[in-house]
Amino acid sequence: MGSDPVLKKRRAEWLVSLPTLVWLTLFVVVPTLLVFAIAFRPANPYGGIGAGWTLETVRSLWTPSNLAIAGRTLWISLLTTAISLVLAVPTGYTIARASARWRNRLLMLVIVPFWTSFLVRVFAWKSLLHPEGLIKKALETLGLVGPEATLLYHPAAVVLVMVYTFLPFTILPIYAAAEKFDLRLVEAARDLGARPFQAFRKVFLPGIRRGVMTAVLVVFIPSLGSYIIPDLVGGPAGEMLGNKIAQRVFTDRNLPHAAALSAVLVLAVLAPLVAVLVLQRKSKRADIVMGEAP
Amino acid sequence: MAEFLEFRGVSKRFGAVRAVDNVSLEIRKGEFFSLLGPSGCGKTTMLRLVGGFEEPDAGRVFLDGSDITGLPPDKRKVNTIFQSYALFPHMTVRDNIGFGLAIAKRPKKEIRDEVDRMLELIRMADQAAKKPDQLSGGQKQRVAVARALVNRPDVLLLDEPLAALDLKLRQKMLIELDLIHDEVGITFLYVTHDQAEAMSLSDRIAVMDGGRIEQVGAPAEIYESPRTGFVAAFIGDTNFLEGRVLDCPDREYCRLEIAGLAPVLGFNDRSLHAGQPITLSVRPEKVHISHDEPETKPQRNAFRAVVEDVIYLGANTKYWVRTGGHRVQVLRQHDRYFLDEKPLRWKDACWIFWHADDGFMLDQFRKADEGLLAVPPQRVGD
Repeated sequence: MGSDPVLKKRRAEWLVSLPTLVWLTLFVVVPTLLVFAIAFRPANPYGGIGAGWTLETVRSLWTPSNLAIAGRTLWISLLTTAISLVLAVPTGYTIARASARWRNRLLMLVIVPFWTSFLVRVFAWKSLLHPEGLIKKALETLGLVGPEATLLYHPAAVVLVMVYTFLPFTILPIYAAAEKFDLRLVEAARDLGARPFQAFRKVFLPGIRRGVMTAVLVVFIPSLGSYIIPDLVGGPAGEMLGNKIAQRVFTDRNLPHAAALSAVLVLAVLAPLVAVLVLQRKSKRADIVMGEAP
Repeated sequence: MAEFLEFRGVSKRFGAVRAVDNVSLEIRKGEFFSLLGPSGCGKTTMLRLVGGFEEPDAGRVFLDGSDITGLPPDKRKVNTIFQSYALFPHMTVRDNIGFGLAIAKRPKKEIRDEVDRMLELIRMADQAAKKPDQLSGGQKQRVAVARALVNRPDVLLLDEPLAALDLKLRQKMLIELDLIHDEVGITFLYVTHDQAEAMSLSDRIAVMDGGRIEQVGAPAEIYESPRTGFVAAFIGDTNFLEGRVLDCPDREYCRLEIAGLAPVLGFNDRSLHAGQPITLSVRPEKVHISHDEPETKPQRNAFRAVVEDVIYLGANTKYWVRTGGHRVQVLRQHDRYFLDEKPLRWKDACWIFWHADDGFMLDQFRKADEGLLAVPPQRVGD
């Protein structure tokens, strides 16, 4: 049995992945389960966790204001994902088609924002959107907005800054997929009578579908859990679930309630993740059947 | 027959490279026409100019009497078979073949019937549900053919479609392409660097070099009477003998002065005059070799020679002989008659001879053309 090469390889794989597995179990799975558990414990008046078990907290989640915030979290995240994709697909395509020299320069431009702290960049947006800020003043000069209009503390400001933040994470996987894509397929589609947009939709998009799926994952999931961006540029009208959780922890000092909201968020994140993973595995399996290496 | 596809003074540059240099060419309806030349000669650019993937810097392209220069690929009634086949990997064989019809928004039933007809033509009806990655090279190639033909293009453009296949499969697909051309009867514009492919398939061939067309003609014409040194050397193998015209005793033949040889008789297929410099090209299989002096005949050129190399090739043997300072290659078929004869060996004295009609005078010859020969003659002094 020990000499079976397949079994040996499997055992080796287990050994190699064991540290990661232990790490993830200790610091991700266990804490997540703890949060789930706390949601079913009562709060005590000192901001801690009381004794016994209760369903009261979970039941109390179903309020109009919570639903409104959950709904806003969802649509802001969906809109952010959609806008990021719409911007990233042509950008990724253009970078992939550029000459080697330009490709590196353009990729550099995509990566440059990471040299500055995320927090600093969000603050920069805050001052840009401020009533006395550059963008507001410019729009006012152009006569596009009145002097009383507010750009800050609006859901649109949240979407704008979120798109700005997540765009590089969308561009990179799409660029990677577009770079591997055989552009002669687009020529073939054009040759067979497809107009440019038809060739793009019927041949190019399916060709980079894995890059698109990855991009959706890395934008949509962090968007759902956004906290800093809505906190700094959203105001009460741009509040998201992340802000609500923080409020429960720091202001209301109601840990079970925060835990219950977090659990809802975790489940909401897991659902699209599992869906995409299943889809990706399906397409990968299909590729293996077709004879392509995974 | 009127021209169907026409290039009129077409030029295309890529940076400093003249890929296509002022080419005018007419292709007839229903013809199997090949563009033949070494890589970088501009043949693929010519094809892409018809497909609409490149636009000429100068000149126009006409199809069936109308100017198609500047039209995007989807507005041209031509379809391409790409060298890599470019089958859509996420679609089945059926969807690949039906792509053009689906884009044209034809009724579902019509698409199904047309695709079925094509699957029948390429004998792959049982593979319709497969994805391209599950197909062999030959099958992919056939799907690519079907995907193009189903749209009934005016011209089918083929960009080295057999280059990715192994030899046996290539020979099989060659016959298949020929049959398909006979069956559908549309104009084929075929790009290849393989002279055997071009020879066996084409009605006419244009030999290209450096963005220019060297010669256009039927395969036999190209092979038997090449106009330039390039064509003579690129298509098949040959011997080049440089010299000048001595005199033309009669209308049909001239005597040629070639250094180191007695006057050579050459066929005067164009108006030659005394003193004119010429290059004579004689194909190795047109030159005969023997131990003994051949009997003298009116149009026979015969010279003493020494065997320098004997290369056994199976179906025939190649001899390199030296005569009057020239290295000449001779190709001889084996047959019973020669087997009885005493074999020719290295350093044997021998005779070589050919009929005057088998040598042809070139319009144009550059020293570089010799480099195209399978084994360039070594010019070592002796």
